[in-house]
Amino acid sequence: MVHQILFIIFALMCVAGAVNLLRQTHPINSALSLVVVMASLALIYLLLGAEFVAAIQVIVYAGAIMVLFVFVIMLLNAGAEERSSGSRIALIIGVPGALVLGVLVGWIMIGQNKQLGSVAISATDFGETHFIARLLFRDFLLPFEVTSVLILIAIMGAVVLGRKES
Amino acid sequence: MSITIFILAAVIKIVLIVFIMLTAVAYTTWLERKVVARIQNRWGPTRVGPFGLLQPLADGIKFILKEDLVPSGVHKGLYIMAPMLALAMALISFAVIPFGDAVSIRGYQIPLQITGVTMGADGGRSDINIGLLIILGATSIGVYGIALAGWSSNSKYSLLGSLRASAQMISYELALGLSLVGILLLSGSLSLREIVNQQSNTWVIGGFNTHLPHWYIFPQFIAFFIYLMAAYAETNRIPFDLPEAETELVAGYHTEYSSMKFAMFFMAEYLNMFTVGCLATILFFGGWHGPALPFLPPLLQAILPLLYFAAKVLFFIFLYIWIRGTLPRFRYDQLMAFGWKFLLPLAIANIIVTGLIVALGA
Amino acid sequence: MVPLSWYLILSAVLFCLGVLGFLLKRNIITIFMSIELMLNAVNLSFVAFANYWNARGGLLPSGKAVVGLSGHVFVFFVMVVAAAEAAVGLAIIIAVFRTRETLNVDRVNLLKL
Repeated sequence: MVHQILFIIFALMCVAGAVNLLRQTHPINSALSLVVVMASLALIYLLLGAEFVAAIQVIVYAGAIMVLFVFVIMLLNAGAEERSSGSRIALIIGVPGALVLGVLVGWIMIGQNKQLGSVAISATDFGETHFIARLLFRDFLLPFEVTSVLILIAIMGAVVLGRKES
Repeated sequence: MSITIFILAAVIKIVLIVFIMLTAVAYTTWLERKVVARIQNRWGPTRVGPFGLLQPLADGIKFILKEDLVPSGVHKGLYIMAPMLALAMALISFAVIPFGDAVSIRGYQIPLQITGVTMGADGGRSDINIGLLIILGATSIGVYGIALAGWSSNSKYSLLGSLRASAQMISYELALGLSLVGILLLSGSLSLREIVNQQSNTWVIGGFNTHLPHWYIFPQFIAFFIYLMAAYAETNRIPFDLPEAETELVAGYHTEYSSMKFAMFFMAEYLNMFTVGCLATILFFGGWHGPALPFLPPLLQAILPLLYFAAKVLFFIFLYIWIRGTLPRFRYDQLMAFGWKFLLPLAIANIIVTGLIVALGA
Repeated sequence: MVPLSWYLILSAVLFCLGVLGFLLKRNIITIFMSIELMLNAVNLSFVAFANYWNARGGLLPSGKAVVGLSGHVFVFFVMVVAAAEAAVGLAIIIAVFRTRETLNVDRVNLLKL
């Protein structure tokens, strides 16, 4: 009961933040709404027993990536978005397509409700850090090393792209 | 322990800790003015009450009664929210800091930590598993308070000050986090209470009992200095306080703030100092462990761990104030170069050496 | 006990809102943020299924064994990739802004300035 109430509260916060991201015209308000979405997702991860993932969601996603977004918005200082006509094909096919996709997935999920069953707040040490570490550095060692090379390439790319032409 | 007892105990602990911390912040301002004044060979506040002890009260009343100016052209919502965010994140870190072992009240074992719950006689889980990560997360979100304050103030000085301050904070966050990885390698746990519990005995090296306490300052002294320097930069204190220096940028990101909102930034800065001090004692100096003094009366003996903890934290606060009175401040490019080119490689080298020693020694 | 379908419906709703934002908004930074929203929705699915399979002993209906915690590891990798993408994407946005002086995607639709 408490589990369901907590989930509904956090899910409403999530969806409200996401809708606000679409409704706001100034990008700084959208960025802060996205931070709210990420924080409520971190709370939902805690409900799912994923404590390490919740912590790095706050530290990395909300605390570093979104800070980068806020920095760029502050630096460029472009102001509120102006209304301009977009691509018509995107609107005609894309918007109904997205809505159909969402309704379809929701319909299937509700239909399969019995087969899927439920998740519970687990009292066991499910998402503990040393289990994730063991998986990450043994079974997933190669993807781990590849992503570290990926970050190195991203750093070099960002430095080169951000430089002023002199 | 039922859920209602836990919530009741948590609420009482929250009220106590918030009250104690805010009073401590007020008296830290008094201590700072006195100590810096003595370093500069003058008296400091002496008029308001004996030894100027009522000066924080006078300052508080002044802040409340001051006119609350809101400049025109500010981004209203963010302008009001930014100091509240900074203060909230500064206070959240205290939820996971353990101040001592469990006290038993009416048969319930209540640990001296807001998020700690001891279940039943077997001890059970007394702490959350990721306490250290929660403090790092609160520090990361605290950057928003400063960035948004400067941007929403619609002023050149504020914007520049806040950009510099937030760039400085996110640069030194890396060195801060990496310097603590050495401790994690030695202790194997992210839970703060677990780390303190492992520092209770003495160091025994190869069968020989050195009578040094098992504090992590001894193997991790390099990490301790990296942590201290990164923490000074995180809390925007001298020698890293260029973003709020009066001679450089008027007042940096809190130029356009007055009365209560400015007081909130002030309180957030001093609360961050306390968080840094508490973390340093927990991770490097053994928390509340210290020699048991059997010649004291039993009541004093019961609160002796708390006194040890408070004494160690006060030492770190005094160190902050001492350095403020003594050192000049870094220029901005020196500051960034120091963080990225010196502290970060040193922290990584510390991790490599610690990892090798732990792996080869086990 | 929260049914798993609730988590998946929330993930689908967030994903669709991300797609709508990507299609409807005109500011390039807001479009980028909609992409991040889509990535977060997918992360939620991963974590929900990680808990689900762990609670069922890590056995798929076909009999194959799966480690529930690998969902968390996938989320870790998704976050790393999102960070790298955000860094490079924002650098590109800054570079475009320097020449075009605008953040509106409709004004950057010609190679000629």
